[in-house]
Amino acid sequence: MKILVSLKRVADPDNANKIKVTPQKIETTGLEFKPNPFDEYAVETALRLTENAANTKQRLGEVTVVTFGPKEAESTLRAALATGADKAIRVDATDDALDGDLVARALAKLIETEKPDLVLLGKQEVEGDANQVAQLLAEYLGWPQATFAGSIKSEGDTALLVGREIDGGTMNLRVTLPAVVSVDLRIVAPRSVQSVHTKADHAYPEGVRFAALMAIMAAKKKSLTEVKLTDLTGDVGLKIKYTGFEPPPARKAGVKVKSVSELVEKLKTEAKVL
Amino acid sequence: MANTLVIAELSEGKVRKCTHSAINFARQVGGTFSILVIGSNARAAAVEVTGFGAAAVLTAEDAALENPIAERYAPTVAAVAAGFDVVVVTASSFGKDLAPRVAAKLGAGYASDIAAVKVDGDKLSYKRPMFAGNAYGWCEITTSKQVVSVRQSEFAAAEPSGGASAIGSVEVSAADPAASRVAFVSLEAGKSERPDLGEARVIVSGGRALKERFAEVLDPLANLLSAAVGASRAACDAGYAPAELQVGQTGRVVAPQLYVAIGISGAIQHLAGMKGSKAIVAINKDGDAPIFQVADYGLVADLFNAVPELVTELKKG
Ligand SMILES: Cc1cc2nc3c(=O)[nH]c(=O)nc-3n(C[C@H](O)[C@H](O)[C@H](O)COP(=O)(O)OP(=O)(O)OC[C@H]3O[C@@H](n4cnc5c(N)ncnc54)[C@H](O)[C@@H]3O)c2cc1C
Ligand SMILES: Nc1ncnc2c1ncn2[C@@H]1O[C@H](COP(=O)(O)O)[C@@H](O)[C@H]1O
Repeated sequence: MKILVSLKRVADPDNANKIKVTPQKIETTGLEFKPNPFDEYAVETALRLTENAANTKQRLGEVTVVTFGPKEAESTLRAALATGADKAIRVDATDDALDGDLVARALAKLIETEKPDLVLLGKQEVEGDANQVAQLLAEYLGWPQATFAGSIKSEGDTALLVGREIDGGTMNLRVTLPAVVSVDLRIVAPRSVQSVHTKADHAYPEGVRFAALMAIMAAKKKSLTEVKLTDLTGDVGLKIKYTGFEPPPARKAGVKVKSVSELVEKLKTEAKVL
Repeated sequence: MANTLVIAELSEGKVRKCTHSAINFARQVGGTFSILVIGSNARAAAVEVTGFGAAAVLTAEDAALENPIAERYAPTVAAVAAGFDVVVVTASSFGKDLAPRVAAKLGAGYASDIAAVKVDGDKLSYKRPMFAGNAYGWCEITTSKQVVSVRQSEFAAAEPSGGASAIGSVEVSAADPAASRVAFVSLEAGKSERPDLGEARVIVSGGRALKERFAEVLDPLANLLSAAVGASRAACDAGYAPAELQVGQTGRVVAPQLYVAIGISGAIQHLAGMKGSKAIVAINKDGDAPIFQVADYGLVADLFNAVPELVTELKKG
């Protein structure tokens, strides 16, 4: 199976409380960049779906990782190559010159030439928290979509049984490839991804895999190509324009209560919520 | 003046209450609005939303629309939307799955998860949470048609305004060709007598600390307070609570009158989903846990003692 995974770097989400919000800009200077966690999960999903149980050094298929971003974003792609992806593509663009719709339209064009059987994306990118590229892309390609996947079972590499995490529970869909799938948190649980190439009871370590030192060295030789955004689409206009930013309203400092009875008392007489 | 189309969300043949948040948005935009009820039993459900002052309640009913599959719903929604300026849906998993697909069909920009709208003549600006709620951005959609999804926690449920909107039916468009490649298999719905997380007045939420005793410890308190039960990601991942109870950046975003966080550390991704609650109580044995930074009332205690004690105290009346 040929899988294309989109991958964006984001300011370390565990430091999101350290961003500086000014009316003109959200300043992330000084924060470390990490792969968007959902995209890391998508890469791990792709590696699991192409896992060759008979020979773990080879993949059954090909995993291509794509990012839209500046030159510095290449280190994020190299990291994905080191965990096992086969090749990488960087579409040159600055973050300010992109929105979800432009990424989706350009990806659709890239997919015409790359011809993957499956496109895996994170369900959202945790800076913008927009949650839309996968769905837009599926529409532009005219492909089926399965969003918020918490589990995937590949059926002979021609169809996927996807467990979608929805508000009230899990919705199971069967999509015939080619298709677009966006992944949710629980996709990296030990038994969330199953394929016909591994035993039915195969379990992976929880979470995403780490690259071995040898693999990091080897990844430097893997193919990483650069593509111009304007080679993919003539229309680089944005559909969303930000005009200003503000910090969230501060909550006023609370109090520590000494006992359960004091808590109940305060909830009744002060907060008046009981 | 904008003409807005509200997409109603159905569940088990009824309009989900979260739809009322999208109606509230439409009222804030001003102008006129209509409501599209789409599904396999849309006509029966439509009567539930005739009292909100919509210019029209439109129904799109077809047996093929039994399950909310975006490839089946989007063509009809987009066709109806052709006559409107703004399309709004509540940012539930249903809305987030469907709305971008509709926007792409319309060539429209899509602003997701909005927390507020500002109306300045014909210009609409939308406020969106970003960076797990650590920042808000104000944005505009540059296309003339606009698609948005609204946060249920930020747009209160609209109250009925009386009157009776006329119900009219619209033609169901052919499904996308891609629909032939997606099949509904099953729905594993968590059955619960408790209120929905999005609608509950009180939420009792548990973290990893509860271990296998999650339900045993929290249920008596939740019962007493007629509360919904929520959970942290760690509690869900460990299997102590079902995934659909997860509150946070990637779970449900809630804003009840009272949120009781029990054995939850307060990671930013969790705070992103409950910081808007009116009153927050935290029970945690670690006095330095970040949850105390947002809690109105913090109790440093072992939850396995404190929660049963709380139940006893509340029973005293
Ligand atoms: C991309 C991404 C998205 C995420 N989305 C979400 C999300 O939507 N929602 C979410 O919740 N998390 C989310 N997380 C995970 C988040 O970062 C935290 O890991 C998670 O919230 C921790 O859950 P917890 O507080 O239950 O567990 P822990 O961090 O382990 O905290 C347990 C707490 O219980 C306390 N405790 C232990 N024993 C007792 C006792 N006997 N009595 C009282 N207190 C006790 C401890 O002091 C501690 O503070 C996300 C993470 C990532 C990377
Ligand atoms: N600049 C980008 N480069 C690569 N992938 C991206 C980019 N922006 C968004 N994506 C992909 O689209 C997914 C959803 O993003 P969003 O819809 O913006 O929340 C992300 O998880 C990524 O996989």
